[in-house]
Amino acid sequence: MRNNTGKLAAVVSVIMAVVVVGFFLMKNRGSGTKIGADNFIHIGNGAEPKDLDPHICTGVPEFHIIMNIFEGLVGKDPRTLDPIPGVAEKWEVSQDGLHYTFHLRKNAKWSNGDPVTAQDFVYSWIRLLKPETAAEYAYQGYYFKNGKLFNEGKLKDTSQLGFKAVDDYTIQANLENPTPFFLSLLYHHSLYPVHQKTIEKFGQRWTRPENMVTNGAFALDRWEMNKIISIKKNPNYWDKDTVKLAGAHYYPTENLDTEEKMFRRGELHITNEVPLEKILTWQADKTGVYQTGPYLGNYFYWINVTKPPLDNKLVRRALNLGFDRTKIVKFVTRGGQAPAQFFTPPGTGNFMPKSALPADLSLVAEAKKLLAQAGYPEGKGLPPIEILYNSHPGHKKIAEALQEMWKSNLGVEIKLFNQEWKVYLDTMRTKNYQLGRQGWIGDYNDPNTFLDMLMSDNGNNRSGWASQAYDAVMAKAQKERNLNKRLVYFQQAEELIMEDLPVIPIYIYTRTFLKHAAVQGWYPNIEDIHPLKNVSLAATTLAKAD
Amino acid sequence: MGLRYLLGRLLGMIPVFFAVVTAIFFLIRFAPGGPFDSERNVPPQILENLNKKYHLDEPLLMQYVHYLNDLAHGDLGPSFKHANRTVNEIIGEAFPVSLELGLISLVWALLIGITAGGLAALKPNTAFDYIPMSISILGICLPTFVIGPFLVLVFGMWLEIAPVSGWDSIGDRILPSLTLGFAFAAYISRLTRGGLMEIRSLDFVRTARAKGLPESLILVKHTLRGGLLPVVSYLGPALAGIIAGALVTETIFSIPGLGRFFIESALNRDYTVVMGTSLLYFTLIFVCNFLVDVTYTILDPRVRHE
Repeated sequence: MRNNTGKLAAVVSVIMAVVVVGFFLMKNRGSGTKIGADNFIHIGNGAEPKDLDPHICTGVPEFHIIMNIFEGLVGKDPRTLDPIPGVAEKWEVSQDGLHYTFHLRKNAKWSNGDPVTAQDFVYSWIRLLKPETAAEYAYQGYYFKNGKLFNEGKLKDTSQLGFKAVDDYTIQANLENPTPFFLSLLYHHSLYPVHQKTIEKFGQRWTRPENMVTNGAFALDRWEMNKIISIKKNPNYWDKDTVKLAGAHYYPTENLDTEEKMFRRGELHITNEVPLEKILTWQADKTGVYQTGPYLGNYFYWINVTKPPLDNKLVRRALNLGFDRTKIVKFVTRGGQAPAQFFTPPGTGNFMPKSALPADLSLVAEAKKLLAQAGYPEGKGLPPIEILYNSHPGHKKIAEALQEMWKSNLGVEIKLFNQEWKVYLDTMRTKNYQLGRQGWIGDYNDPNTFLDMLMSDNGNNRSGWASQAYDAVMAKAQKERNLNKRLVYFQQAEELIMEDLPVIPIYIYTRTFLKHAAVQGWYPNIEDIHPLKNVSLAATTLAKAD
Repeated sequence: MGLRYLLGRLLGMIPVFFAVVTAIFFLIRFAPGGPFDSERNVPPQILENLNKKYHLDEPLLMQYVHYLNDLAHGDLGPSFKHANRTVNEIIGEAFPVSLELGLISLVWALLIGITAGGLAALKPNTAFDYIPMSISILGICLPTFVIGPFLVLVFGMWLEIAPVSGWDSIGDRILPSLTLGFAFAAYISRLTRGGLMEIRSLDFVRTARAKGLPESLILVKHTLRGGLLPVVSYLGPALAGIIAGALVTETIFSIPGLGRFFIESALNRDYTVVMGTSLLYFTLIFVCNFLVDVTYTILDPRVRHE
């Protein structure tokens, strides 16, 4: 009997040994998509894209890819963010800022060799605006004359739309209002051209790698959901000599820890983010892979001004002065964010808002006084105020920090509520909240993308704040063509917000990510735009980071 | 007798399936928010266009009837979130991955579990018993989001002998399947041990031993067959769980499986994907349990004769 158990034990140990040896044999089996000498860049791209149809997509991960496989009329200089020629070689703007004429380059081609013409743009913009397309970003076409009417189905005649092809290589665009950021808008994917024949032939399946025809520096090569999207240099691209990369691989990297490990194992050139717990470690790293840059976004709390006690301006101001913004960015978010002493992120379209809110507790005495003035000395008599946020550990930490600070600084009781994302959106929309968190990433590089949110008729205004003075100054800013005058109006708008405070600005976003030393031409900019056309890989290898 | 019983189970599935379809359909619709709610307010006209495109503007009952009709034709509808994909496509792409991951994990679970449990039962109350059983307690207690990163750290980062993410090479299968299989291995080892210990003291085993059969032969020929019954009945739900419950493992290792769609679709209110994945899992659980019933009748003569 003893002997037989011995045999069994022997068999088991042999199996175990085979497994262990198996591990070592697997070691050198490459997968074919890891960093190699093939001049492909490997990019961590956050979430899996919804789709790659420029008229249907709404998210940032989608835009990262779409901006490289499509090209609009104008491009963007990744250093200065100024408009540069894209498919359009040059353009003219009329005196009143309402009429644009674009001259297309004659050598622009689709990835199948077809020429890119003015008709392609007309087809694409009509497609964006057609009610049946149901494009969420259709309102980017509302800047064109009659664009809104057409999208609402109230106008059927496409010839009345504010754009037309004068000839094969000339487009005229007529706008509803002078829109100073119109050129910048043309870089938005919703206004990119799509290939009519491909869409008509393949319908919904046109964005599959085997069908898709695009006009950018790269073309779609492979798409396996939740696994990988690969793009390859487009040999028919008019400016193909500028393009140095052979292509790019995009990986969905929703799990930040996995992404960071992929980077450390040499499987990524660029990560999408850095996990919060690892920021301090990477900041201390001397190899220069840790990157941080400004980002076009602000994190703030909406205040529901329609319900007491927050309908009282004094209470709102007290809350705004009664916590330490610097402490939050230093100890809670820790990613190099800036305390928000204003509403608009500084640098948005050259706008530098004046600081109106304290970065620290320097005005806490005033906050206490305001609270007493409002009838709640030391917070006495003030019913507990509720903070609503969507379930996420990061939002929770910030809410807890505020809860603690308001309690100890002002004596205000705070309750925390978290809701699952869609429920939270519903609660915010129905204004069934008191303080609600929001992060806003600008759609385009102009203060308007932040400030129009607070206009009384804007669907994104969750506060219930309606100020005629504010609406008036914003309307002026939206029509003004003189840049300096616009900035003055925007500053006035900022001051009106700071006067009434329907919001609690908390911090200005930064982007933190890891970048392999070999990556060249990846410039930090506030819009986080990195056209791969300008990116190359140097033949250096990264010293092992760990 | 056995056949009629199995047939009865099969037919019984139809009303249950119908009830499940109805329940999920209405439950997800009554959850607050919809598929097109987002942080950015969608202008009402655009929202109307979207609702029209996906037939969300029709009365709910009509939508339900349409859904049943499509379902009867094997069409699970378009995804709301992944705009140009159908649910059939999504499942067709992701399910084989989940199935493969699940099956490999199950092989690990059985291999490790039965070996450990068998050893423990052969030499109860010795180190052969205590050590594997202690490890199994660990396996039951530690969630995959601890085991996964731990395995990655040891085998992926320190020893650098296994890839940390992806789903291309054979090597990519190792760590995720071990992670997923470990917890199940722990349960199986305990079930195996318990089952074997119980059988060991039964009369027919004593007879076999009295005949002078060697212990290992008794184990393989007599005790294992009966002793593994608890493991077999556990395998049904385990297989379904191992395939459906891989969300955490899938995200840790960036595996393009179905577990993610299952969870994300509910959060996104992607109604059709919620329906499609839920129904698939329902079917899976049913099929697995059915297979267990079949296996039972083969393994245990008593079930056949009752």
